[in-house]
Amino acid sequence: MKNLKALIKPFLLIGVISMLTGCSDKIAVLNPQGPVARSQYHLIIWSLIMMSLVLAIVLILFVYVLARFGRKKGDGYDPNDTGNRKLEIIWMIVPVVICVLLAVPTVKTLFTLNHPPKATAASSAIAGKTLTIDVTSVQWKWLFRYPDQKIETVNYVVIPAGTPVKFRLHAYDAMNAFWVPELGGQQYTMTDMPMKLWLQADKPGNYTGRSSNYSGRGFAHMTFTVMARKANDFDSWARNVKDNKPALTHEKYMELLKPDTVKAQAFSSYPEIVSKNLNEAQMKALMNGESIDTDSSMDGMNMDDDSWKGGHNND
Amino acid sequence: MIESIKSFMGWFFVTGDPMIYGADASIALVSIGIVAVLTYFKKWKWLWDEWLTSVDHKKIGIMYILAALLMLFRGGIDALMMRAQLTLPNMHFLDAEHYNQVFTTHGTIMIIFVAMPFIFGLMNIAVPLQIGARDVAYPFLNALSFWLFFMGAMLFNLSFVIGGSPDAGWSSYAPYAGAEMNPGVGQNYYLLGVQISGIGSLATGINFLVTILKMRAPGMTLFKMPMFTWSILITSVIVVFAFPAFTVALALMTIDRLFGAHFFTIAAGGSPMLWANLFWFWGHPEVYIVLLPVFGIFSEVIATFAHKTLFGYAVMVWSMVAISLLSFITWLHHFFTMGNTAPVNAFFSISTMLIAIPTGVKIFNWLFTLNKGRIQFTTPMLWALAFIPNFTIGGVTGVMLAMAPADYQYHNSYFLVAHFHSTLIAGTVFGIFCGLHYWWPKMFGYMLDETKGKWSFWIFMISFNICFMPMYFLGLMGMTRRMYTYPAGLGWTPINVVMTIGAVGMGVGFALIAYNIVWSAIHGNKDKTGDPWGGRTLEWATASPAAEYNFAHIPEVSTRDAFAAMKEDKGVFTTKTAKPYEPIHMPNNTGIPVIMATFMFIAGFGCVFEWYWMAVPGLIGIVICMIARSFVYDDHHYISVNEIKRTEAGTGRLS
Repeated sequence: MKNLKALIKPFLLIGVISMLTGCSDKIAVLNPQGPVARSQYHLIIWSLIMMSLVLAIVLILFVYVLARFGRKKGDGYDPNDTGNRKLEIIWMIVPVVICVLLAVPTVKTLFTLNHPPKATAASSAIAGKTLTIDVTSVQWKWLFRYPDQKIETVNYVVIPAGTPVKFRLHAYDAMNAFWVPELGGQQYTMTDMPMKLWLQADKPGNYTGRSSNYSGRGFAHMTFTVMARKANDFDSWARNVKDNKPALTHEKYMELLKPDTVKAQAFSSYPEIVSKNLNEAQMKALMNGESIDTDSSMDGMNMDDDSWKGGHNND
Repeated sequence: MIESIKSFMGWFFVTGDPMIYGADASIALVSIGIVAVLTYFKKWKWLWDEWLTSVDHKKIGIMYILAALLMLFRGGIDALMMRAQLTLPNMHFLDAEHYNQVFTTHGTIMIIFVAMPFIFGLMNIAVPLQIGARDVAYPFLNALSFWLFFMGAMLFNLSFVIGGSPDAGWSSYAPYAGAEMNPGVGQNYYLLGVQISGIGSLATGINFLVTILKMRAPGMTLFKMPMFTWSILITSVIVVFAFPAFTVALALMTIDRLFGAHFFTIAAGGSPMLWANLFWFWGHPEVYIVLLPVFGIFSEVIATFAHKTLFGYAVMVWSMVAISLLSFITWLHHFFTMGNTAPVNAFFSISTMLIAIPTGVKIFNWLFTLNKGRIQFTTPMLWALAFIPNFTIGGVTGVMLAMAPADYQYHNSYFLVAHFHSTLIAGTVFGIFCGLHYWWPKMFGYMLDETKGKWSFWIFMISFNICFMPMYFLGLMGMTRRMYTYPAGLGWTPINVVMTIGAVGMGVGFALIAYNIVWSAIHGNKDKTGDPWGGRTLEWATASPAAEYNFAHIPEVSTRDAFAAMKEDKGVFTTKTAKPYEPIHMPNNTGIPVIMATFMFIAGFGCVFEWYWMAVPGLIGIVICMIARSFVYDDHHYISVNEIKRTEAGTGRLS
């Protein structure tokens, strides 16, 4: 049967592809390396099971009706079979049940992701606490600012493994999205609304992150590396940056804000203006000597204020 | 002086890329060729009288479909260029700017200038015939809708060679699409081209809503309508409610870009998020605007070739109504990752999943229409059958995407791209090809060749799977959409190679369809009966192609599948002779729609370049056309009884 072959083809293909690509560690989303990615992974697998079930039912029925009623001699033909209330009710209830089975863990996970993951290791410097990193997307690079350590990196970020990290996401110009598939799902960076994303790495390792929202010419190169290190190694790395790397000057900072791609780099300190998380319009106003009303234009931007409820990863 | 002209030309025309020069040359040659052929064969008058000024819904439908096929070719070339660039890592076939323009025009053209007009074309051809009407409710408006779409499409396509194409994606997100980050005329082309054709779409929605509600044949109650007509009725309602949001959003962004307002900018209190909300408030219902009609087409085709009435008619109707209502409360699932609180995301996750219920019900009803049927594997039926498994894959991955926390991992990745191609190709594209083969004899009076049709189906369908099944895995591996290149060593290369092979296969499939159209135009079997497939609905009760007035006598309807019932009752189809003919009242042809749309094009082009010396006269021209139209009193004519007799005898159907 021609039709049968066509049906089997996609599945053969899936098999071939998974063999081609081999080990699942190339499939980043199915290779979670932290609690956030893992909870999403569980949801994905659960939905995959349910959806395979649905697909299987449809395919079995499809193959059956074609094989049975697609023949030249029309036995079993019944033109008066035009409806069946009972059957129709059944296939209305079954999808409802499946939706409920998917919706419950979905909503549960949504609310769980609001809170920081449980720490599994702690460094002496940030013992029992979480690490906060301010992320700013600039066409076409990522700036990472450590407000506690007072250091800044570009296009790579070092985090302690086993410690929940709160990424506060900002955009200087175009919207981007901050995505490290092995550690967890993405969140947008925007100019007028700060976002929060909790991520945590189980163990030391390097994880590729990239922008997933198109932002212009250099967008495809907008990647960064998340380097998870042992807690102690993180502390010594931070000290090393503090001692050995150059300071980020005002001029250098303005240079970084121009649309271009740049190499990974680190700075031992940053000027005061960096910590204001200004967007392009505010920066231009400031350069023109206008006073910028950060209070009103950055309404709700004080993220340490618990009354602020925006952001699905708000803690 | 010469220097300034030179620099103007360098800025006005897109320069510097051999492919663009190739396009320039071919556009010039094709234009000269068309003009030469029309002049040589003295066809200008024929073109004007028979086509450009026609208000006949069947001719407008044909023009829609021809234009949509051309645009499908353009969008397909865009797709092949993207696949060529992404076949291997670090390719230099296209540079970043060019690639960004290509994916933007691909998306915009495929949705706005292929899917919608193709569907509008099919509904223009089939709906009035299915409901036993002689034309649509507003024939003048119908012609205007087509010409607005056509001029919008032409304006958008002009960007390729003049001024530069838009490059902010078909969703054109602020602030990147704003004047600060995206100077130049490309984005203006998007805004004005889409706006002009969007006005036409809105008018079409109103037109078909009224046509279906007011012009049905006597006896055809709503619940006796063919399923395709039902799908168009519901689609028209969605168009009427969804398009105004887009019209407003496009207008606001145009004001931002041309006059320096701040609706969507970063500065001065503008809100980029507002664009995302307005865009998707139209954008999600838009998905159902291009899907529900093909659900209607599949319902017709499956019932016809299973030789059964559609299973669960009422449930089919109500599930479409449910989908149309739900389509308006799911738009936020396009940006789960833009900082909504958990309760908001939870609401939109669940509302999105709910759509799977009526859609699932429809799938089962189609399967049970096939059950106990006598299935005949014609080309249209193959497209309809292939839709069921392939679209189900798109549907279940849609449910997976609806789960917000999981969506944080899929969003903007190739998983998403694979999902919406699974629904839009296995749904909309299979559907329009299905409808094209099914109604082709009704449009032109001859059949498309079945053997070639089946070959094109198998090649296209299998290639589609080769192209898009691997894409899901590519997304899970972390490749995001709109990347113009990628580094080696990520394991993405083999999948990309396979996908490009699939894309080429789809191109071959489409080329075969085009070849079949040309071949069949010369050698195709004539359809003398008007009912080549053994159809069940009224469009098959008249000649192929139908006369200008569609039906010499308006048919009387007493049941669903009206034509099938007539054939059963009478044994042979002989309803024509019973009553004497009466003169038929028809609308006159008019040149105003095409002239008015041309002024719209001129005004649009002026706005694109902010040349108000050009835009203002264009707008004045539009107003003059409106005034001129309102003074046309002689807008109809009667077809005499003798002429009807002659026409009916000519079809060989007058016994």
